[in-house]
Amino acid sequence: MSQNTAILTTRPNLTRPRGLAKVFYDVKKSLTTPTTYLVFAGIFLWLFTWWLLCEGLKVDRFDKLPGPITVAKEFFSVQPFQGISLFTDIYYEHIWVSCRRVAIAFGVATGIGVPLGLFMGWSKRFRDYSFPILETLRPIPILAWVPLAILMFPGFEAPVIFLATLASLFVTTLNTMLGVDSIDDAYFRAAGCLGSSNWDIFKNVVVPGALPFIFTGLQISIGVAWFSLVAAEMVSGDLGLGYLIVDAYVNSVTVPMVIGMITLGFVGWVTSVMVRMLGNWLMQWHVRALALQGR
Amino acid sequence: MATQKNRGALSIRNVTKIYDPEGVNVMAVDDCSMEIAAGEVCMIVGPSGCGKTTLLNAIAGFHSITHGEILLDGELLCGPGKPKADQGAERMVVFQHGALFPWKTLAENVAYGPIVQRTMRKSEAFEKARDMLAEAGLGDVVTKYPGEVSSGMARRAEIVRALINDPKVLLLDEPYRAMDALTKSIMHESLLETYDRTKVTIFFITHDLEEAIFLGDKVHVVTTRPCQLKKTVSVEIPRPRTFETQSSEEFRVLMEEVNEAVHEEAIKAFQAGERELA
Ligand SMILES: Nc1ncnc2c1ncn2[C@@H]1O[C@H](COP(=O)(O)OP(=O)(O)OP(=O)(O)O)[C@@H](O)[C@H]1O
Ligand SMILES: [Mg+2]
Repeated sequence: MSQNTAILTTRPNLTRPRGLAKVFYDVKKSLTTPTTYLVFAGIFLWLFTWWLLCEGLKVDRFDKLPGPITVAKEFFSVQPFQGISLFTDIYYEHIWVSCRRVAIAFGVATGIGVPLGLFMGWSKRFRDYSFPILETLRPIPILAWVPLAILMFPGFEAPVIFLATLASLFVTTLNTMLGVDSIDDAYFRAAGCLGSSNWDIFKNVVVPGALPFIFTGLQISIGVAWFSLVAAEMVSGDLGLGYLIVDAYVNSVTVPMVIGMITLGFVGWVTSVMVRMLGNWLMQWHVRALALQGR
Repeated sequence: MATQKNRGALSIRNVTKIYDPEGVNVMAVDDCSMEIAAGEVCMIVGPSGCGKTTLLNAIAGFHSITHGEILLDGELLCGPGKPKADQGAERMVVFQHGALFPWKTLAENVAYGPIVQRTMRKSEAFEKARDMLAEAGLGDVVTKYPGEVSSGMARRAEIVRALINDPKVLLLDEPYRAMDALTKSIMHESLLETYDRTKVTIFFITHDLEEAIFLGDKVHVVTTRPCQLKKTVSVEIPRPRTFETQSSEEFRVLMEEVNEAVHEEAIKAFQAGERELA
């Protein structure tokens, strides 16, 4: 008996941790795996290479680019030489404008793309109508739409948002449709046996069954939204991170360019994590099944 | 749930099913007839690919038949003028690979039928679902998702999901196929126990002859494709049957009888396969 207690020093925890306890558990767990350390090592190595090329060894042509130390100094300075730092309002203005545009574009694309994809996957007839059109429009590179967008919409705001919406719409629609296709026929049959109406099947089989694919699609789609937004801002714009980068380039100030890029990377990553978290929250069944497989 | 000795009689009369993929006719079932009495456990055994699932799908209303008719308690399910039966909760299917909705907990899965059919209020349905799951020994896992429980538990839950609708016939397509012997025998006991309680008609497809005799009142051996009834063996071993039943003399004799019929068909199927290759 005493031997048993010696082995089992803490009592096994039989309930699933929630809220703050869950956060602690995750942090504690992440410190015991090599992943966290490798991530930091990777970032360090990358920064070090950058520094070596631009500031350490001053390799030809790279010496024209700002190195990490120059960028960091400017980024944290209260009065930046080149106009952009953590302490300038304009920096946040650019971020805010781009985020707002992406939010609108992603929201509209999701709002249209998910229902569209669900119906295309569910109704053969609807797919026959709409799929060929989607498939011909989809391969057109989003930049090829720029002139049309500028002609169609007034001002800066609308064409830029239109382009990002369009790009993200195609991704979302296609993934959602494939999500419906991926659902095993047995679930439809089971639902039929159990006496479901078409609407019951739509709610209880089509939507949840397609959800994993939908969220994979949304993660790609938010990336695509950022991508096309920045491209559009670079061509036509007055504000936004894409504009910041191209404007810095035109005015030959290199540091804001790099700051713009890093900010884009960071903000893009945050939005993608948000989408993933929303997905995991909506798909407990999926998350738990994957966790049991050790993933 | 009342005993229902008087309902769930299936008549399969001269049923033919021809698949027509890409213009090549595949005759899966040919002029197949069998009578299944109300409250009977009817086991279907036959070689692989002979058309057993096809027959089950026709009863369930998943696809049409080409000729013949199928009746449930004297009412036409499908036949001349109505090639495809309507799907309905009086014929519940338990699928070969399992079809609990992975996105619903076991309780939600079980409560689903009565809720969409509007035979119970939500709260009622959930209460009943929890009770029935508990009765099947799944009381501790009602809030788990199918992906979180063992395959044996999932299969039992699926049978509960079927039974909550008080079906006339339970259609099972090799439900215990991929299970180890131990889990299988537990499954058998649990199914027999359920059957003793509900006396629901059971149409059960299997490859496992021991399983067929152990569970069945009748064992229907069907021929290699196209599927026809070859031989019916009545199993008159009294219920409740237990583990020891399987080592009795009676059991052994029946095994031999069924085995002989199945073996003959298996060889035919094998030779047919060889001919197609040659
Ligand atoms: N949708 C279909 N289209 C064309 N042929 C089919 C179709 N479904 C089944 N078949 C063919 O019909 C025959 C019978 O199939 P079925 O699935 O009913 O066999 P089974 O007896 O259930 O086999 P198993 O024991 O392997 O499950 C097979 O030869 C199969 O290839
Ligand atoms: Mg089969």
